[in-house]
Formats: sequence, structure tokens, C-alpha cells
Amino acid sequence: MLVNQFLFLGAILFCIGVYGVLARRNAVLVLMSIELILNSVNINLVAFGAMWHATDPANLSGQVFALFVIAIAAAEVGVGLAIVLLIYRNRQSIDVNDVDLMKG
Amino acid sequence: MLALLVAQNIAFYIIAALMVFGALRVVTCKNLMHAALWLVLVLAGVAAQYILLAAEFVAITQVLVYLGAIIVLFLFGIMLTRAKTGTDDNLDNSKGARIGAGVIGLLLAGVMGYSLWDGFGKREFGDLLVQRTAQVSDSIFSTYLLPFEVISVLLLAALIGAIVLARRD
Repeated sequence: MLVNQFLFLGAILFCIGVYGVLARRNAVLVLMSIELILNSVNINLVAFGAMWHATDPANLSGQVFALFVIAIAAAEVGVGLAIVLLIYRNRQSIDVNDVDLMKG
Repeated sequence: MLALLVAQNIAFYIIAALMVFGALRVVTCKNLMHAALWLVLVLAGVAAQYILLAAEFVAITQVLVYLGAIIVLFLFGIMLTRAKTGTDDNLDNSKGARIGAGVIGLLLAGVMGYSLWDGFGKREFGDLLVQRTAQVSDSIFSTYLLPFEVISVLLLAALIGAIVLARRD
């Protein structure tokens, strides 16, 4: 297998995630697109980890970093959904275009 | 060995096609609940790719954390914000914004695709060795002990923060 197979898959998923963040209006869907982005980065990390592991069997940094990213993604989605819930409770809407309090 | 490699390649392309299709449905679907369920397909595909890369522990963690916990959290989020069941036309931005987002996405894909092809070309993995869970734990609890502790504190802070934000008072 080529390393590039996995890297290209990660790149395509990343771009789809970026499109989702920019094109979606519903805050929960924006969070889902961010999950897509984080997963694509994880594919890259594990692919590079496997690549280095094949030459140096003691090196598992790629997998360890992927695990760290998974933990941070879990924390991010927990806090993110709590914020979305709070916005919904105050405004009865989770449209990200409605949250423009800071706009002059 | 060659037969195994061919089988791995076929599995990769089938799963990758399913994942890209699922991801496109996540960002274009008009039904919020369906988008969450398409996300399940993508996340399960990611776990399958980890298994193809011989990273067993990350694959299991992906299934446990993403498919088990984060999807349920998303479904809770959808239900608690009382989203419309069925199709909803207010999920997307205006057409101009969507076209702009598509152009940015394609531009990013072009730049990343070119640089990846330039940087790695036809580089092979070589013999993929199974990266056993015992080795991963050795690595976490020796080289990466300090980041691991920091992650624990981060998770605690996120937990407390989410409770403080979401409780009614």
C-alpha cells in the first residue's frame, strides 16, 4: 500500500469538513464537520505512525498522538454542545448567523 | 504476501469510497438526524482504516469513543435543541456562501493534493508490523507521560466546564 492512499483520503475528508464548517448554518452540524476534520487529521497521524513504525519498531508516536487527538476531540465536543445548548436556551435558535452580538 | 496486499488495497478503496460518500452526505444532507447517522458511517470507516494500518488499539478506541460516546452526545444535542424531525431547509447558508465554501474546499484539496504528491509520490509502507497495545501503553507511560497527565487535567476541566455551562439555575 502507498502512504499517499491514506494521506489523500485524509486530505479529501479534511476539505469536505472545511466545506461543512463554512456552508452549514446549524451549530450542531458545524460541530459534526469539525469532527470530520479531526478524524482526517487522525488518519494522517496513524498513517505516518505506521510508516515510521515499519522502519523503527520502537517508535509509536503517531498512534499516541492520535489517541491524544481523540481525547481532545471528546473534550471539545462536550464543551461545544454545552455552549450550543446554552445558546438554544437563551435564543430558541442554534442558527450560527443569529449569534451576532459582537458585530458592530 | 502479494495476495494479501491486493486484498488490503481493494478493502481500502471500498471503505474509502463509502467514507467520502458518507462525508459528503454529512455536509449536504437536509435532515439533521440523517446527517448524524451518516457521520456514524464515516467514523466506522476511519476505524476500519486504522485496522488496515495495523493500529489495533486506536481502532478500538475510535469505536468506543466516537461511535459509542460522541455520536450519542450529538443525538442528545439534536434532540435537546428540538430540531425539526424530517427535512429542514434552514440547515445551510445562502447559495453564494455555499459556492464560496465549495471553492475554498476545492482550492485546499488542490494545494494539499499537489504537495502530498510532490512530497511522498509512490512511497510504500514496507512491511506493516502490528503495533501492539502493550507497545502503545509503554510509549504513553514512558515518553509521553507528561502530556498524558496534561490531557487528564484537560478532560477534567472540560467536564466541569460542560456541567457549569449546561446546568439550569
